[in-house]
Amino acid sequence: MSDQIIEQAMLRPAPEKGKSLGPLFWTCVGWLALNVLAAIFANVLPLHDPLFGDFNAINAGPSMHHLFGTDDLGRDIFSRVVYGSRISIAVGVGSIVIGFAVGAPLGMLAAYRRGRFDSILTNFMYILLAFPAIVAVIAVLSFWTPRSMFKIIVVIGLASIPIVYRVIRTATLAVASKDYVVAAKVQGATDRRIMMKELLPNIAPIGISFVLIGIATVVTLEGALAFLGLSVNPPTPSWGNMINEARTVLGQNNGLVFFPSLFLCLFLLCLNFIGDRLRSHYDVTEVKL
Amino acid sequence: MVGIVFVISIGSFYLLHLLPGDPASVILGLGNTPAARAALYHQLGLDKPFVEQYFIWIWHIISGQWGNSFISQTSLASTIRAALPIDLELIGLSQILSFAIAIPLAMRSARKPDGVLDRILGAGSFTMLSIPPFIIIVLLVLLVSIKWGIPNTGVATYVSWTTNWVANLESLVLPSITLAIGSFVIYYRVLRSDMIATLQEEFITMARSKGISQRRIMWRHAFRPSSVALLGTAGVNIGGLLAGGFVVEYLLQIPGLGYTLIAAINTSDYLLVQDIVLVVSVGVVAINFLFDFAVNMIDPRISRE
Repeated sequence: MSDQIIEQAMLRPAPEKGKSLGPLFWTCVGWLALNVLAAIFANVLPLHDPLFGDFNAINAGPSMHHLFGTDDLGRDIFSRVVYGSRISIAVGVGSIVIGFAVGAPLGMLAAYRRGRFDSILTNFMYILLAFPAIVAVIAVLSFWTPRSMFKIIVVIGLASIPIVYRVIRTATLAVASKDYVVAAKVQGATDRRIMMKELLPNIAPIGISFVLIGIATVVTLEGALAFLGLSVNPPTPSWGNMINEARTVLGQNNGLVFFPSLFLCLFLLCLNFIGDRLRSHYDVTEVKL
Repeated sequence: MVGIVFVISIGSFYLLHLLPGDPASVILGLGNTPAARAALYHQLGLDKPFVEQYFIWIWHIISGQWGNSFISQTSLASTIRAALPIDLELIGLSQILSFAIAIPLAMRSARKPDGVLDRILGAGSFTMLSIPPFIIIVLLVLLVSIKWGIPNTGVATYVSWTTNWVANLESLVLPSITLAIGSFVIYYRVLRSDMIATLQEEFITMARSKGISQRRIMWRHAFRPSSVALLGTAGVNIGGLLAGGFVVEYLLQIPGLGYTLIAAINTSDYLLVQDIVLVVSVGVVAINFLFDFAVNMIDPRISRE
């Protein structure tokens, strides 16, 4: 009995500090790379035209000719999934690039400089954060017509700036007071040098894992927008609007809902997994706000 | 709090002014002559300066004169009052469900980190984290309504709680399960990792050496401090649900605020959109505020820091 108590009291969660990232990690990286490559080279690959409807094969099951079968208009589901990934990936990556391009430098600068600049900017960003971003995104997209991929990227990108700002600022704050930063300052290093050489490498793990998780969030958001009819207009495929279109033939042609859902979920799973693994690999504990 | 609400009200008012499109042309339709336009602009007060318009609007909101929609001529306040309780009920149900499942499971896996149950739930919750709600809902509809043949209620058949509570609950089963799955994953992961940390504290070892039962240790000694993290997360999550339950409501035709908002957007009902954005945003802020307050009540150290 007492042995058991001691054993339980001594129990500690095994910290994931393995030197290697594990095969699952590289599988995920490989899958994402495959997805991105397929999206980029979709024009060159021997795929069916994603917009061409073969009326002799409507709602067909998977076959050698149509790998994943066809949809209710006879369009090849496999090529639509590949072309659809273009929209989802472009929106995900593009928005996060905008968010980071503005939010990350501001966050670093604010956390490094502190003072009035920091307090004004941080309060401003926190007020923006209080405003539910998804409501703003929906409201803007619904009236800003005609919708295009570019507009969607801009709107979501702008909405992500405060979130990126908060994450990067918090991460930088934790690093900015470390001894090596003070040492660099004492040696007379310029602010620019300190930020690029001392701070940036140390917040990079958090930044990268947040980029991945951010992309996953935006891809999900794009899917949700497609459901509300607020993403790219049909017939252009995106994973979200394919699943949305599949609702009308639910029960008759389940491949149409299954394949885009599967690819979307696998894509998100890989992003989340890599982000999570990177974070625990670099043993970054999230700083409480 | 007041400051944030003020900024939000400006935000929701300004948001629609920024956008192209013009309420007058929507109302007038084919009779859109410059003279009729100018008359209508004057009637709606759109010819006044922006700041004055804002103050007229916010005064009407505060004094309760929300006015009528110029599309459907129905009272805006009553439209929102009809939709809001549905959201609250939906969120309430989903939260009860997710807490009821997440808390016991998180406690179980925290007792034996890296045990069989913990590993299964860890992998399972991580996978579920990557399934967006709109896929969950489509799969649920496929399974429940099409495979099992259980009819799925829509906006035409939605019954309010007061008319027939059995039918009302039936129509909310699928949406609340969908929202509950998303919340469950978050709560489970937060509570599990926090409980593992708490269980290593010295007061737990102390309690164990006093021979207190495992059950009592878990609930009285470990859950209390860990519930702070859970509540903090719940505040953010519930706020997110209020603002993000749109897709679920829209797909299952539950006439809550999200559904009403999308419908208002589709009919260019600017006033209704504006008011719903305001109500939802203020609601999110209020929920966050309430939960911060609750966290401070449970753990007074936090506010002193």
